[in-house]
Amino acid sequence: MKVTVTVNGRAETHDVETRTLLVYFLREACGLTGTNVGCDTTSCGACTVLLNGESVKSCTVLAAQADGQEVTTIEGLAKPDGTFHPVQQAFHEHHALQCGYCTPGMVMAITSLLKEHPNPTEAEVREGLEGNLCRCTGYHNIVKAALAAAGSTELVS
Amino acid sequence: MSATVTERAGGGARGVVGTRMLRREDPALLSGEAQFVHDLSVPGALHLSVVRSPHAHARVLEVDLSAARECPGVVAAFSGRDLLGEWAAPMPCAWPVTADMQTPTHYPVALDEACYVGDAVAVVLAESAAQAQDAAASVSVSYEVLPAAVDLADAASDRVLAHDASETNRAYIWELAPDAAAVERAFAEAAVTVSERYVQQRLIPAAMEPRGVCVVPQPFGGDFTVYSSTQIPHILRTMLGITAGVPEGRLRVVAPSVGGGFGSKLNVYAEELLCLALARRMRRPVRWTEERSEAAQATIQGRGQIQQIELAADAEGHVQAVRVHLVADMGAYLQLVTPGIPILGAFLYHGVYDVPAYSFTCTGVFTNKTPTDAYRGAGRPEATYAIERAMDALARRIGVDPAEVRRRNFIAKDKFPYASSGGLLFDSGDYDAALAGALELADYEGLRAEQAQRRAQGSAKLLGIGLSSYVEMCGLAPSRVLASLNYAAGGWEAATVRMLPTGKVQVVSGSSPHGQGHETSWSMIVADKLGVSPEDVDVLHSDTAVSPFGLDTYGSRSLSVGGTAIAMAADRVVDKARLLAAHRLEVAPEDLDLEAGTFSVRGTPSRAVALGELAFAAFTAHDLPDGMEPNLEAQATYDPENFTFPFGTHVAVVEIDSDTGRVDLVRYVAVDDCGNQVNPLIVEGQVHGGIAQGVAQAMWEEAAYDEAGNILTTSFADYLVPAASELPSFTLGHTVTPSPSNPLGVKGIGEAGTIASTPAVVNAVVDALAHLGVHSMEMPVTPERVWRAVDAARRTPTGGTS
Repeated sequence: MKVTVTVNGRAETHDVETRTLLVYFLREACGLTGTNVGCDTTSCGACTVLLNGESVKSCTVLAAQADGQEVTTIEGLAKPDGTFHPVQQAFHEHHALQCGYCTPGMVMAITSLLKEHPNPTEAEVREGLEGNLCRCTGYHNIVKAALAAAGSTELVS
Repeated sequence: MSATVTERAGGGARGVVGTRMLRREDPALLSGEAQFVHDLSVPGALHLSVVRSPHAHARVLEVDLSAARECPGVVAAFSGRDLLGEWAAPMPCAWPVTADMQTPTHYPVALDEACYVGDAVAVVLAESAAQAQDAAASVSVSYEVLPAAVDLADAASDRVLAHDASETNRAYIWELAPDAAAVERAFAEAAVTVSERYVQQRLIPAAMEPRGVCVVPQPFGGDFTVYSSTQIPHILRTMLGITAGVPEGRLRVVAPSVGGGFGSKLNVYAEELLCLALARRMRRPVRWTEERSEAAQATIQGRGQIQQIELAADAEGHVQAVRVHLVADMGAYLQLVTPGIPILGAFLYHGVYDVPAYSFTCTGVFTNKTPTDAYRGAGRPEATYAIERAMDALARRIGVDPAEVRRRNFIAKDKFPYASSGGLLFDSGDYDAALAGALELADYEGLRAEQAQRRAQGSAKLLGIGLSSYVEMCGLAPSRVLASLNYAAGGWEAATVRMLPTGKVQVVSGSSPHGQGHETSWSMIVADKLGVSPEDVDVLHSDTAVSPFGLDTYGSRSLSVGGTAIAMAADRVVDKARLLAAHRLEVAPEDLDLEAGTFSVRGTPSRAVALGELAFAAFTAHDLPDGMEPNLEAQATYDPENFTFPFGTHVAVVEIDSDTGRVDLVRYVAVDDCGNQVNPLIVEGQVHGGIAQGVAQAMWEEAAYDEAGNILTTSFADYLVPAASELPSFTLGHTVTPSPSNPLGVKGIGEAGTIASTPAVVNAVVDALAHLGVHSMEMPVTPERVWRAVDAARRTPTGGTS
C-alpha cells in the first residue's frame, strides 16, 4: 500500500507492505536509521519518535496509521544549520549518553515530556521516562540533562 | 564541539588529562548519524533467520526444510548436517581452565542433539528479514525429547545428564589452596565461624543494541568483511579464521558503533560464523539482526552460581581464614571464556581484608540452558557479593557495626603492595579512606539514628543501611599470568601514534569501545603528551584493517593496558621529534624542552620549532639526521606486569514497607578509587551505570526458567531492566590512590559499580529486617520474598530464618 508521511518536514511517499511498522518505514523506506529498535514488545523506547508532536513508540504504530501525518525523528530535531536542540545539547553537556543506542528515543521522549511539563521535578522526569530503558547511564545524567534542558529558554520551538 | 575544563582529578599538573572534557563521540550519536550494524546499507544482502530448539534437551530426528524452501523470497535453507562441511573446527572455547576439562562439541547449528532452548537446529536465507522469519516458521523438525538438567544443584548431582553421550555434567574442578593446612588450622582454632550459602541468579546482559552481524564477501580475491556488534573484533577475526577455515589475513572485522556490551559481546557466536560461512557459500552478503526475545536464548547469560563461603574469625571478628566452594553453571556449552568466569573471581573471595589463610574450589557444571559467560564484572561481583554478605553476617554474630568489622579487617594502607593469601600482589590501596568518605557522604550516624528511631516507633517503613567494600583485579591482563591460568591468548594491548604532514595526529588503538568514550580519553592522553589540542588528535579503532593488532575491550583493561600503550607510543613520537628538533636547532636533544607542542632551547626560548613543523619536515624528509627514517610515527605494545586493583566503599539505603514487602532504594553513595582519572565526567558515568546494573541484580533481574528448561523472561516486560522511575540519583565521591602498575597510575572503572552495588543493596535489605530475625535473603529481593521473610520471622517466636 502507498503511505505518505511528512517526516522531518519532508513528504515521504513509499509503497510498503500493510504490516510495515512505522519504525521500519522510517529506517528502510526513508533511510533514517537514527531511530533504533531495541526490543519487540514496546518496552524499551529506543524507537521513540514524535507523531504530530507527541512521543510514540514507532515499533507499535503501523506506517499506515501515520499516513497523512507528521513525524519528527532524531535527524529532524537540530536546526537546519546543525545547531542542537536544547535536549540534544543538554545530553552532550551532562554526559547523558554512553553507547548512544537508547539516546535518540530518550531525546525524543524528553522533548515530548518537556512540552507537556515545562518545569518538571526530578520525580516527574523519572516517571515520565519509565517507558525508555538505558543500560549504560543508570539514568543519573539523563535526568540531569532533562532538568537542565527544562531550564533552557530555547526549549519551546 | 565544545570542551569544558572545570575540575581536575589526578593526572598531570597541566593539560587536559584530569578535566571533564565533553565527549567527542556524542555528536554522531545525538544526531542519528552513528551507524550500528543494523543501520548499514548493504545492497543484495541475504537475511539469515535461525530456527531454534523449543526443547531444553532433545534428539534431533529429522529436519524437514522442504516447505521453508518453497516460501516466498527464500534462497536456501540448511540443517546442521548440511553445514558440517563449512567448519574447520567446532566453536571455540579459549579457556580450558584444567587439563581434563570436559568440552562438549559445539557447532553453530546442532547436528543430532539440541542442548538448550534456543540451540540452533536449522537456518533459512531469504531476500528480506520478514521473509526469512516467515519461512523459518515453516521448518519442520522432529524431536525426541530427552530429560533436561535444569536446576544447577540437581545438575551437579548427575541425576540427569545435559549431554546424552557424557558420563557427568562436571566440566571441571578448579582449586586454589596455597596452604590448605593453614585453612584447616584456622577453622579448628576459630572463636567464631560463619557459614553462608548464596545463590547468584542468572542474568541477561541486555545491552540495548541486540547483536547483529553482516558479512560482505568481496567479489574478487576471496576476502570477507565482517561487521559485527562485538567488543572483540581482533579476537573474533582470529577465531572466525580458525573455525570457518578462512585464512585470517583475508578477514577484516569491523565493529561499527556498538550499542553496549557488558561482556555479552565478548564472544564468538554461532550467528557470526553462520553469516561468514553462508556468505562464502552463497557468494552474497549475509546479515542477521537479533530480536530481543531471541537474545534471551541466543546471547550468553551472566552469573549462575551457588556459593558456599565460610569465615573463621577470632572473638573480635578478625578473619583468619576464608574457605569457598562454588558450583558454577556453564550452561549447555562452553562459549569463548565460559569456564574462566568463576576463576576471575577465585582470588578475591577474601575481598579487601587481610586474611592469612584462603582456599577456593569451583566445580563447573553443565545444564541444559543458554551458556553463561562474561557479564560486567565477570566473577568479581560474585566474589564481592559472597564476602560482603558474609562480613555482615560476621558483624551480626559478634555484635559489632558492619563498618567496624570492615575496619578491623582491612588490609592496612602501609601493607601495599600486599601479597594476598590467594597469590596476588595488590598494587595500592587505602580502604579506610574510602570507607570513611562513604560513611561521611551518607551521614551514616544520622541514618543509624533514624533507623533506631523508626524501630522504636514501630514504623511500618523499615530503614536499612548496607555497606559494601570492594577490591577488584582488573586491567586484564599480564600475559604470563594468563598463561598460568591456561588462557589461550595474552593480555597486552597495541597502539600507534602518528603525526600527519599537516601536524594533525592519528592514534590507533587495539581496544574496541562500545560506549566508554575511548576516542575522548585517548585524545586527551595524546594531546598532553604531544602538547597539542585534543581536537587535533583523531582516534581510530575497531577495524582490523586499521588496527591489525589488538586484544579489544573487556575487564576494565582499555585504559590501564591500552591507554598505557598509547602513552608509550606518544612518548616514542616525542623522542624521535626531539632528535629532529635538535638537528634543526643544532643543539643537543637533552637541551630541549617540549612545552605546548613546541621544542625550545633551554635558556633561549626564542630558538624553537613546533611539533607540526617537525612533522612536515619528517614527511618531506629533505633534511633529516643521518640514519633517521622519514615520518613521525611510533608503535608500542604494552604487556602489564600486574593487574590493577581499584577499590571503594558503597552505601545503599533502602526503605521497606513491612506490610507489602516493597523495597525502595532511597539513597545510594559510592566512593571509588580508580587511581588517576583521565576524565572524571566519564569515570562518573561508568560508576552510575555500573551501580544501576548491580542494583538491578539485587532487586529485579533474573533469567528465570521453568522445570522443563524454558526461559520465561524473554522480553523486557518479564525481564526487569530498571527504568529511571525505579532508581534514585547517586551521590559519588572518590579518592585517588595511583596504581604503581602502570605509568599513567590508572586502575580502571568500568566494572566497579556493578561489583560493589549488589551486596550493598542486599545487605541493606537484610539490615532493615535483621531486628525482626531475618538474616537471609535471596536475589532478586522481590516484594514477595521480603514479605514472606517478614511473615515467617513474625510467626517464629524466637525469630530468625537462617
